[in-house]
Amino acid sequence: MRSVSDLVRSLRLWFSPGRVRDEGETPDYRFSLANERTFLAWIRTALALIGGGFAVDQFLPDLRWGVRAGLALALIGTGAVCAVRAVDHWVRCERAMRRGEDLPGSRFPALLAVMVAVVSVVMVVIVALGDA
Amino acid sequence: MTAPGDRDPGLQPERTRLAWRRTTLTWVVVAVLAVRGVLDAGRLGRPGALALGAGAVALIGFLAVAHRRIAAMSAPRPVVLTPAGAVAAAVCTLALAAFAVTVVT
Repeated sequence: MRSVSDLVRSLRLWFSPGRVRDEGETPDYRFSLANERTFLAWIRTALALIGGGFAVDQFLPDLRWGVRAGLALALIGTGAVCAVRAVDHWVRCERAMRRGEDLPGSRFPALLAVMVAVVSVVMVVIVALGDA
Repeated sequence: MTAPGDRDPGLQPERTRLAWRRTTLTWVVVAVLAVRGVLDAGRLGRPGALALGAGAVALIGFLAVAHRRIAAMSAPRPVVLTPAGAVAAAVCTLALAAFAVTVVT
C-alpha cells in the first residue's frame, strides 16, 4: 500500500499546475499525449460504470427497491472511484516520466475486474431467478 | 504555418483529439440516460429539476475542457494537459456520479 504522505503529495500535485512541471525534465510531448489518452480511457470507464448504474435502475424495474438501488449504487460508486483514480494515475505517470522513473504499477485494474465480475454474477443470478 | 514534416507521423495529436471526442460522446449518452431516469419515474419535481440543472452544468463543464483540449490538438506539438484540466474533467464526472445517486435512490 502507498503511504499516507505519498497520497498527500499526490493530492497537492493535483491542485498545483506548476508543481508537476517543476520536477525533472519535460518528456517527449507524445508520451504526455499517450498518458492523456490513458486518462481519458479511464474517464470513459468511469462513465460506462455510471451509465451501468442508470441502466440497472431503468431496465430492471421488477427488482425489489433495495436490490436495484444497491446494484446501481455499487456501479455508480465504482465509477466515481474510477474517475478519482484516473487523475491520480495520470499525475503519477506524468511525474514518473519527468523524473525518468518506471511508470507506477497498480493493482486497481485487477480490483476493478473483480468488482465488475461480482456485480455481473449477482445480476445474472438475480435476473435468472427473476423474482428478487 | 508549419511544414508538414513537423507533424508526428504517429498522429498522436489526432488520436488524442479523437479520444476527447469519443469521451464527450460517452458523456452525452450517459447524460441522456440520466434525463431518461429523471423523467421516466415522474420524479421531475423541484429536486429533479435541480438535479437536472446540476447535471447540465457538469456536462457543460466537461465539454468546455474537451473543447479546449481539442483546440489545442491542432498545434503540431500540443501543450500538455494541465493538472487543473485533468481535475476539472474528473470533477465533472464525479458530479455526474452524485447526480446519478440522487436519481437511482
